[in-house]
Formats: sequence, C-alpha cells, structure tokens
Amino acid sequence: MVMRKWFLLPARAVMAALFVAPMAIVAAYSLLTRGAYGGQGAPWTLENYARLLDPLYAGIAVKSFWIAGVSTAVCLAMGFPLALFIARARSRKALWLGLVTLPFWTSFLVRTYAWMFLLRDTGLVNTLLLGLGVIREPLPLLYNDSAVVLGLVYGYLPFMVLPVYAVLEKMDGALLEAAGDLGARPWEVVWRVVLPLAKPGLAAGGVLVFIPCLGAYLTPDLMGGGKSILIGNVIQNQFTTARDWPFGAALSVVLMAMVMALAWVARRRGGEGGLP
Amino acid sequence: MRRGLAVYAALAYLFLHAPLLILAAFSFNTSKYTVWEGASLVWYRALWEDGRLLEAAWNSVLIGCAATVLATAMGTLAAYAMWKRGARWLEGAFFLSLVTPEVVMGVALLAFYQWVFHFLDVRLGMHTVIAAHVMFSLAYVVVVVMARLRTMDRSLEEAALDLGATEAETFWRVTLPRMAPAIGTAALLVFAISFDDYVITSLVAGVDSETLPMLIYTMARRGVSPAVNAISTIITVAVGVMILMAERWRRA
Repeated sequence: MVMRKWFLLPARAVMAALFVAPMAIVAAYSLLTRGAYGGQGAPWTLENYARLLDPLYAGIAVKSFWIAGVSTAVCLAMGFPLALFIARARSRKALWLGLVTLPFWTSFLVRTYAWMFLLRDTGLVNTLLLGLGVIREPLPLLYNDSAVVLGLVYGYLPFMVLPVYAVLEKMDGALLEAAGDLGARPWEVVWRVVLPLAKPGLAAGGVLVFIPCLGAYLTPDLMGGGKSILIGNVIQNQFTTARDWPFGAALSVVLMAMVMALAWVARRRGGEGGLP
Repeated sequence: MRRGLAVYAALAYLFLHAPLLILAAFSFNTSKYTVWEGASLVWYRALWEDGRLLEAAWNSVLIGCAATVLATAMGTLAAYAMWKRGARWLEGAFFLSLVTPEVVMGVALLAFYQWVFHFLDVRLGMHTVIAAHVMFSLAYVVVVVMARLRTMDRSLEEAALDLGATEAETFWRVTLPRMAPAIGTAALLVFAISFDDYVITSLVAGVDSETLPMLIYTMARRGVSPAVNAISTIITVAVGVMILMAERWRRA
C-alpha cells in the first residue's frame, strides 16, 4: 500500500499545521507573561493558572458547569419521551426523526436569533401579553441565565434524541407487553423497563450535550447579555478586548482538559464518541 | 400512554419549529415593530439593496464552496486510507477536533496565524478563514465516509486486485463509486457547517472577509430589524431546499 501514505498526507498536514500546532501554541502561551502592549513573552510562569483560583474566575467555572448541567438535565427530560415517541411510532418514523434533525441543518445563529425575536422586551411574547393587558411592563425574558439554558436546550436537543432513539429502536417490544401483562402500569413500564434499557443512549446523549454546553460561546453571549458570562465568553474576551493572551490561553487549556476528560470517560464506557 | 406521548411529541415539535416559523412569518410584516400591519416584501427588497449584506453573502458562499471541495476531497482520501489500516494519531486528532469547544479552536487558530505572520507576509483574510473551515470540517467528512465504508465488503477490493486491477484502479472504479452517496452527504454537511460558522470565523477573519453569520450577529446585537428575519428566512429555506434535493438525488 504505497497509495495509503499519499492518501493520508493532505489530512495529516492540515491537522498537524492547523490543529495540533495551534493547540501547542496555546499551551505554550499559557505559561508566558503578558507584555506591556498585549503581546506575550518571557519569563515562563504559572501565574496565569494561579489567577484561575481567583473567586471571580472560579465562580465563572462553577457557573459554566452549573448551566451546562442544567441544560443537559432538561435535554434528558425533554429528549427521552420524544425519542420514545419516535421509536414507538407505528409509521413515518423517518419523518419524525427528520423533524428532530432538521433544525440541526439550519443555522445555529438563526435559531438563536429566533428566540431573541420572541423574548426581547419588544419581542412577540411581551408585545402579545402587553396587548392582551396581562402585564403592564415587559417581562425580562431575555438576557438572563434561564434564557441561556433555553437557548442551549433548543440548540442541542437533537444530540440527545438521536442516541436515545438509536437504543430504544433496538428495544424488544415484547418486553413492554410482558411488563404490562404482568400488571405494571404504563408509567411503571417506562420507569422500570424502558428507562434502564435506554441508559447507554442517555449517557451518550448526556455527554454529547454537556460538552458543547460547557464551552458554549454564542448562546450566553447573545441570550445572556452581559450578565451571564461563561468560560467561553471569558476566553474570547481575553483574546480580543482584554488582550491578555496568556491568561486566555490558560483558560483554554483548562477548558480543553475538562472536555478531554469527559470525552475520554465517555469513550472508555463505550459511549458514542463519534469516531472509530 | 401512547396518547400522552403523542401529545407530548406535538408540543416538543412545536417547541422545535414554532420559533423559526414565527420568525419567517414576521419577515413579511410591513411594520418595523412586532405588530402585524400587513404582508409585504419590503424587508426582502431592503436586503437586495444592501451592498454590505450581498458582499457578506458572497463571501460566505465562496468560503463554503472552497472549504467543501477541499475538506471533502482530503477527508474522503483519509477515510479510505484509515479504512485500509488505522492511523492512530490522526484518528486521535480528528476525535479531539470534534470535542474541542469552538471558541478554543478559534483563539488557537488566531494565535497560530499571528505567530506564522511573524515569518510570512500575510494577513487575516479569506484564506485564513477557508483554512480554518477545512480543518474543522475534516473530521465530519471522515466520520460520514467511514460509516459508509464500514458497511462495505472488503472482498470486493480483493477480487478486483486478483483480477488484475491496480490499486489505483481498484480505488477509482470499485470503491469510490460505492462511497459516492456518503461523499455527497459529507459535502453537504461541510457546506452547512461552514456557511453557519460564526465563532471561529469571527476570530480568524480579516477586514475583507466578513461573512453572513458575522453580519447577522452584528445586526442581532444592535437590536430589532425585520431585515434579520428576512435573511434568516432565506438562509433557512435555501438550506432546506438543498437538503431535500440531496435527499432526492441520493434516492434516485
């Protein structure tokens, strides 16, 4: 197989130059000192990592975990019954599944904007409620943590439904009938038979949702306003406005380490990592 | 239970699709505000006359096409080679690139480009955006094409070789045609991802390479403009049509 090497060459070159090298540079910068005009240079230091212990940044890290966790929990709660519905549908499964994946193909930015259009002070929901006389002043629906969770759930729900559906699809329908025949009520069948069977799918979906939520940038930026800052926003800010690249790099390394740890655990447990 | 599930599913589908449908409906509203004042195409006309928007759309299409061709070609070759025999660190790099948060990838590329610019006389622009898009789409191409290859029978290639075909002929005339549907899907996916990307693009774009998502982001931040509803609707419909056509072509 002489050909094999040549086939791998372009992909290897691109990944080495544009993925591995940039990551290495970020790791190196995280150990440098910020220059007077925003550059970075000697001496080598661990100062940037020490700053992460500052309550301000530790708080942001905790909050990022919290928001990602809540979003994942909501996706679990919303995704499981939807996956069950599709798996148990008598007909048109492809259509129902397609309707879940369709938003995935539409622009993430557009989907976020659609919610901003509904939720802002002058948005559709507030306009309607004001018009009906239900409220006197617009409700603060946008620019808070709940809006961020809503945006993340909306964006990543398909990631939960697909793996759960994949597991439920293979489930033997006779098990459900057996449970029913043996006197289990419908909700008991779901709780004690279907849910345990769906565990691998739920775990895979949980990881697939949690990872992008943890590093989210766009949703907290647009739907959280200035109030709901997460790790991703701090990193972007350090590299653009604040121009403290070494600190931004240290944050990136820590975020990357957390994501890699999660992905590694998921992969070892046989979750859907995405790659061979 | 079945009825309960069906009711729940109806609500869930409403949650998934109502926001976009409402957005589209209001793009035809005459009023600048969120009050219905009658249907018209004013906002679409406004888009057509907006030079900055047309340029951003053109940039997005160019970047999307370039990234699609390059990433699909490189990713297909790599997937085929990896199907023959694993390529450990490359697999690891692809896997990592899939889980890396976009913002981390963006700042890493920015830092890398700035470092390279010390030695070369280049600046941020279309080329840096295209390079970034090719990189982050490669793993998706490999995943899609590899999934197809896994369902294929290796003995077909062996048979071709036994019958005297060269390696290149085997690839070109036996395996590649059977990978075609997956390659088509992968290309579509790359274009959709590239056309949609804001986070990485905004970090590595130059002054001459504003893309459509960057413009929409700026407009969305600035406040309400039904013009944003109109572009959003066009993008959604265009992508939808593209997928339907691809689906038909795949079945044909």
